[in-house]
Amino acid sequence: MIEKSLKQQTREAEFVAFRAGSLEFCINIMSVREIRGWTPATAIPRAPSYIRGVINLRGVVLPIVDLGVRLGLPGTEPTARHVIIVAQVGDRAAGLLVDSVSDILSVEDTSIQPTPDVASQLARMFVRGVIAMDGRMISVITMDNVLPAGMDLEAA
Amino acid sequence: MTVTILTVDDSRTMRDMLRMALVDAGFRVVQAEDGLHGLDVLRGEQPQVVITDINMPRMDGFGFIEAVRQDAQYRAIPILVLTTESDDEKKLRARRAGATGWIVKPFDPAKLIAAVRRVAA
Amino acid sequence: MDPMAEIRLTFFQECEEQLTALENGLLSMQEGDSDSETVNAVFRAVHSIKGGAGAFKLNALVSFAHIFETALDRVRSGDLVPDADAMKLFLRAADALADLVAASRDGAVEVTAPYLAIEEEFNALIGGGGAAAEEDEFASLDFQPIITGFDEPPPPPPVAAQNLFTIRFRPLRELFAKANEPLALFRELARLGTLTTTCDIKNLPFLDTFDPEDSYLSWELRLETESQRAAVKEVFDFVEGDCDLVIELAQSAAAPTPPEEMDITAILRKVREEAPTIAAAAIAAATPTPEADAAPKAAKAAVQPTIRVDLDRVDRLINLVGELVINQAMLTQRVLHSSHVRDREVTASLEELERLTREIQESVMAIRAQPVRPLFQRMSRIVREVADATSKDVRLRTEGEATEVDKTVVELLADPLTHMIRNAVDHGLEGPEQRVAAGKPPEGTVRLAAAHRSGRVIIEVSDDGQGINRPKVLQKAIANGLVPPDTQLSDSEIDNLLFLPGFSTASTVSNISGRGVGMDVVKRSIQALGGRISISSAPGQGSTFTLSLPLTLAVLDGIVVTVDEQVFVIPLTAIVETVKHEPSRIHHLGDHSFVLRVRDVLVPLIDVGAELGVRAPASDLRSGVAILIETANGTRSALLVDNIQDQRQVVIKSLETNYMRVDGIAAATILGDGRVAMILDVDALVGPRHHDWAAAETPFAKAS
Repeated sequence: MIEKSLKQQTREAEFVAFRAGSLEFCINIMSVREIRGWTPATAIPRAPSYIRGVINLRGVVLPIVDLGVRLGLPGTEPTARHVIIVAQVGDRAAGLLVDSVSDILSVEDTSIQPTPDVASQLARMFVRGVIAMDGRMISVITMDNVLPAGMDLEAA
Repeated sequence: MTVTILTVDDSRTMRDMLRMALVDAGFRVVQAEDGLHGLDVLRGEQPQVVITDINMPRMDGFGFIEAVRQDAQYRAIPILVLTTESDDEKKLRARRAGATGWIVKPFDPAKLIAAVRRVAA
Repeated sequence: MDPMAEIRLTFFQECEEQLTALENGLLSMQEGDSDSETVNAVFRAVHSIKGGAGAFKLNALVSFAHIFETALDRVRSGDLVPDADAMKLFLRAADALADLVAASRDGAVEVTAPYLAIEEEFNALIGGGGAAAEEDEFASLDFQPIITGFDEPPPPPPVAAQNLFTIRFRPLRELFAKANEPLALFRELARLGTLTTTCDIKNLPFLDTFDPEDSYLSWELRLETESQRAAVKEVFDFVEGDCDLVIELAQSAAAPTPPEEMDITAILRKVREEAPTIAAAAIAAATPTPEADAAPKAAKAAVQPTIRVDLDRVDRLINLVGELVINQAMLTQRVLHSSHVRDREVTASLEELERLTREIQESVMAIRAQPVRPLFQRMSRIVREVADATSKDVRLRTEGEATEVDKTVVELLADPLTHMIRNAVDHGLEGPEQRVAAGKPPEGTVRLAAAHRSGRVIIEVSDDGQGINRPKVLQKAIANGLVPPDTQLSDSEIDNLLFLPGFSTASTVSNISGRGVGMDVVKRSIQALGGRISISSAPGQGSTFTLSLPLTLAVLDGIVVTVDEQVFVIPLTAIVETVKHEPSRIHHLGDHSFVLRVRDVLVPLIDVGAELGVRAPASDLRSGVAILIETANGTRSALLVDNIQDQRQVVIKSLETNYMRVDGIAAATILGDGRVAMILDVDALVGPRHHDWAAAETPFAKAS
């Protein structure tokens, strides 16, 4: 009884689904500020390989993370067709370089399953869970660890 | 008719306190920051009562009262002097300059209003 | 916030202003200014603090301010001509007053020995007796403001039946001259009980001899009241001396008098009032008096209207204007690059737009600009404290207090400046005996000066002390392993050792300058502000520290360079010159280290591309442009870049807002093409080599 009533309280959340490399990911729409086309980024010296550099987003200097590289996949060679998802990370903003945005998904909390144990240690840092849908498997990305770890120290 | 009171004091704190006490009592309050400014506001606002500090830059309270009393148009306006001293000499000087009455700082709002009432026509 | 709390906040803000005015005035008095307005302003400052403090029942503050004020009042009246010692006492009292204000604000007032000592000294200064007497009088008045404000009697005892007072009241001419009004007094009496009035008009003259200014009426009043005589008398407080007044306590009730007579009074009052008013109005209409015109003008000139604005709003505006500048630059670049629009009018409009944009930017920046005065004033106190603690006689001279700098720069300067001032007094100046022995006046001077020079703010801290003890400094540097034992250094090179991390000249770390902070920290703080610090010293004559700071933290002038097709900006302030780059001037030291010969001096040549990891270290640096730069401590190096594109003003954008600090990068900016470029942190770029003094460090080595 109790279990059932708890389940009934689950809420639906909307996710932006996108492709990076050959994989599908999604991110909670609440943390997405905007989606825009690729513009060339300025490299940041001494930055990790997955930081593509910074772009000018209406006067704000925005770091761009190549999500593929971050997840240990081969790097992206960005073209005009590539997409930047501008996401909020705490009180910072960052852009995720992805191949394309595919969908907006309405997902119930309960249909997000834990990340399978087979996932790499790296992937588990950014993947909060997975959604199985129409034969696809979509990883739910959490932005928390996407940016370099040193940033948290700097933020203090 | 709402009674308008002009307060002349260089201290923002005092101006705020006067305004609060007087507005609460239903008066309309106009303010100036020193004697010269006070004369300016006096001419523009035609207040029924004036409350002035003594120690102020540019023109002090004595100078201000004398100027008002010499102006045929405004000399009948009652002027209350704010003083921190109980000093008879200061009161005497204010009276000689033409002050109508005085209020000892720090003032209790009720006393302030009573003093105003005692001079407001 | 409740209104009283808000006013309390205003009070403490105002206290800060008053304390500043107080210190200012005292300092100019100390400099010999005996203008009565200066003395008045000083008096007023303490007086206002006392007045406000009374309202908030900050008794310790009231009492201290009172004795201070009493002493100042003596000066004001000419009874006391303050000598040097008295001025010092006043200044110390001002410091103590500031502490007391702060403590009162934080609700942590403790009347400790220092305050009492100053009060003692004041008593001695103004003659104990008089002060004590006033103190007593004052205490009875202001410490319990509400209870004793008007000497109100205690509530009447319950046995008191209705008292009946008969009051004979004859106003004199003077009463009206002071704008007192019998009717208002009667109204107040009526609030105490039942009042009946009888007006006596027998003295009223015929109209031909009637003087509207004079007083002809008298009244007999009967008041039935529970109040006591004192309360009745209090109503007449303001008119005492301006009327004949007899108040008697009668026992039996008298027959009420019909109040019709009041009408006559009212009519006469109207006559009295209107006559002069009409006359005055007529005169005013005919001939506007010169005074009437002059006064309002003077008032307008002096009362500069200001508004208080939330700092966030200003910063938002500054950001937006920054965007505007970038956009304007982008627009200009795009239009000029698209060949089909090469219209002269378009070009002219773009230039106009650029000019306007720049003006808007400057105006907006000016909103944040603040004079360094408050900062300098804080230093005056530091000087006094350190002078006291070290038993030195010190005078602080300030110049250029009106110089304006960005608010943030002013704020962030406080700590480094405090440290430098402490140093100047503690280490720079000698004790009085030593000074006299050296043929100097016993009183040392610390000078703090600010000025605008070519778009920057220059701040100098100098003392007329002993100068830097170079042998000792060098010895210390060698002992600390900062310099190899056999190093030959020039005077200025030795002076600059003071800025090395971990350097401390005092053999025993005094509790004044010590605090574990060295000049290296000062230097870093100044650099963090985009500033530079330099030092000059002459043995026996003193030392001068010079700070050069940007006017604002929002823009900087820089040159735009390319390295491996990436664009960077080098702050102009760091650049000495661009150097003709000839392969014959470059010497390879192995291990990818190079030096460049500039005239006869060898300086490290730093390949910016390799240093930032943009490209692999090269074993050959034959192409490119060398830019000679000077770091904050005067060390020179050359930066090798591929090309110099442009010199321009750039808007500084934080890289840390969304990313993090990057070593070697000061900040980011957005260029005319809309792309982000990195601004180099020149000191950090050449920095790592500095700590490693003993290694390939050659900035001071002369080429032979």
